[in-house]
Amino acid sequence: MAVTTPPAMELLEERERRSGTSSIWRDTLGNLVRQRNAIVGGAVLIFFIFTAVFADVIATHPPNQVLIGVEGAKKLAPPCIHAFGCPETQPEYYFGIDGNVRDVFSRVVHGTRISLRIGFVTVGFAIIIGGFIGALAGYAGGKLDNFLMRIMDVLLAFPSLLLAIAIVTVLGSGLVNAQLAIGVVAIPIYARIMRGTVISIRERDFVTASRALGESSFGLLVRRIIPNALTPMIVQGTLGIAAAVLEVAALSFLGLGTQPPDAEWGSMIGIARNTMFAAPHLVLFPGLALALTVLAFNLLGDGLRDALDPRLNR
Amino acid sequence: MTRFIIRRVLLSIPVLIGIVFLVFALARIIPGDPCSAALGERANPETCEQYAIEHGLDKAIVPGVFRVDGQIEVRLAEVPATLIDNQFVIYLQDIAAGEFGVSSKFGLPVTELLIQRLPTTVELTLYALTFAIIVGITLGVISAYRRNSAADVGTMLIANLGVSTPVFVLGLLLAYFFAITLNGTVFELPPSGRASAGADIPELVEVWGLEDLSGPLRVIVDFLSNIYTFNAIVRLDGVLLADTVRHMILPALALGTIPLAIIARMTRSSLLDELGLDYVRTARAKGLSDRPVVMKHAFRNAILPVVTIIGLQFGGLFGGAVLTETIFNLAGVGRAVTEAIGARDYAVIQGFTLVIAMGFVLVNLLVDVSYAYLDPRIRLT
Repeated sequence: MAVTTPPAMELLEERERRSGTSSIWRDTLGNLVRQRNAIVGGAVLIFFIFTAVFADVIATHPPNQVLIGVEGAKKLAPPCIHAFGCPETQPEYYFGIDGNVRDVFSRVVHGTRISLRIGFVTVGFAIIIGGFIGALAGYAGGKLDNFLMRIMDVLLAFPSLLLAIAIVTVLGSGLVNAQLAIGVVAIPIYARIMRGTVISIRERDFVTASRALGESSFGLLVRRIIPNALTPMIVQGTLGIAAAVLEVAALSFLGLGTQPPDAEWGSMIGIARNTMFAAPHLVLFPGLALALTVLAFNLLGDGLRDALDPRLNR
Repeated sequence: MTRFIIRRVLLSIPVLIGIVFLVFALARIIPGDPCSAALGERANPETCEQYAIEHGLDKAIVPGVFRVDGQIEVRLAEVPATLIDNQFVIYLQDIAAGEFGVSSKFGLPVTELLIQRLPTTVELTLYALTFAIIVGITLGVISAYRRNSAADVGTMLIANLGVSTPVFVLGLLLAYFFAITLNGTVFELPPSGRASAGADIPELVEVWGLEDLSGPLRVIVDFLSNIYTFNAIVRLDGVLLADTVRHMILPALALGTIPLAIIARMTRSSLLDELGLDYVRTARAKGLSDRPVVMKHAFRNAILPVVTIIGLQFGGLFGGAVLTETIFNLAGVGRAVTEAIGARDYAVIQGFTLVIAMGFVLVNLLVDVSYAYLDPRIRLT
């Protein structure tokens, strides 16, 4: 049976929208465009997404190809770019060659795919589970709320990387498990945001009206309450992606995440650690890529937060 | 104030119980056999059975739950019989007695290992945090005071970059720059360790003639003795102090940069909020010059959120410490835990994780209390 929104309901919601949050998305977009930081963050991000999508075209070699016997490809060779004074007689390797005689540029380019996916998947997982727990706790209230939130407190009481390391140990090393671990560790943040929003919205007029019109608890939660909690979740989620990319890279750096030979920035840096003093470019380029990606998400997240903050609407 | 503290302490008890249980449970479900990890080549069915009995691993984990040949088995019928006689209860009794067991990897009692390892991490964290707080707050104040100036834009750019650069990338690059690029100059810094090889670091119990000391006091003295900076200062040993500081600069820079950036940003935005308020305008209107208005009036109110954010940094600092200790070859708790996990060293994993999480809860408690101290409105609600 199709559920239609009763006219009275629409009116109420419309009024609610006009009084407090007039066309929030249009305002947000307008504010966002005025934020220099957000523009820079967004631009860098689009650049990385572009790189990830066209990685096969941009990369000069397959990421795992060993270039033994290929002309000019020497183990740990520094970058060679003709425009920067590298002799024309040598073939170009933009970011140099790694310890297994692979092209670092191609590996960094392909690493974009893994890192972006890590960010979205991990935070997506944490938002869905955390959002569900928070909505349940906030809506049910009472003992269930208390119980769920105490569990969240316990999870928050651990330094996140330590808990993630412990979880990966239980599950076994690997990219999927590392993402799962970082996701689990992030759950309490989203659960708290969702719970807070649900509690503040639950008693608002449009929800009461909806309830009076016979909407089920589930319908109220899904159609009336959750959409209103999305804004803070999106802001936190954008900043969360930055943290997730960093933390999964840290696990890979320690050897608990992505396993060789997969081209992931954290694991590339972890492997290059021992040859760091002979070949700093092996740390520099994946490190720069990692820092720029995280910076882009941070700038965009900050911009979104400022754009959505009504106090800054001037 | 006292009531506020008592209430806050009581509220952290359920969290502590949860932590104890989670740490216990995680250590039990880590795959792999603790016996073969501990005994190595000497592991065979007989010695392992003996090992299991000695370490109580043949008992139920919690009432009715057993681990047989690495698999978790639930036997509901045995719940009443194992209500008291299970590993969790024994574990609780041990903790209450301050008994964390013996490390199978390091061959030392966990308490002793903690006395060796924790000072390194505490020292590193304190250096990093001191650096982050002093530089972060200074930059934040300058940034807010000279809003939209080149200094402000530059500071915020560095803050944004700092908060986005992974500890392990920054650490490795710093090590390369200061140990290799600046090699042979006065700015050269050591890329690993806590003190130069062969540095003379006497134990304080020996220096003070307290070899007979035992119990908690001994633990405290040994702990402080292993904080090299403290050791050097109380013995007025300038050489060791200079050596330790030189070794700590790079790890502290690597670990402190993210908190520094966060503190600078928070100080700036908080101070800007205050500077826009009426009382600041009043202060200015009655003819006060800029400096007292900013430093005496606005800054005191702006510092509250900064204190909270400093408290929130400890979790990240610890995670960063694991990485920093790995990069700079420091034998601290972070590295001990990762090594213990690799070796299935239950005693160390449990003991260390527990102590770290409890320390974390304690720090949060202190932050809350200091918050109440700084803002009277909080303790009254």
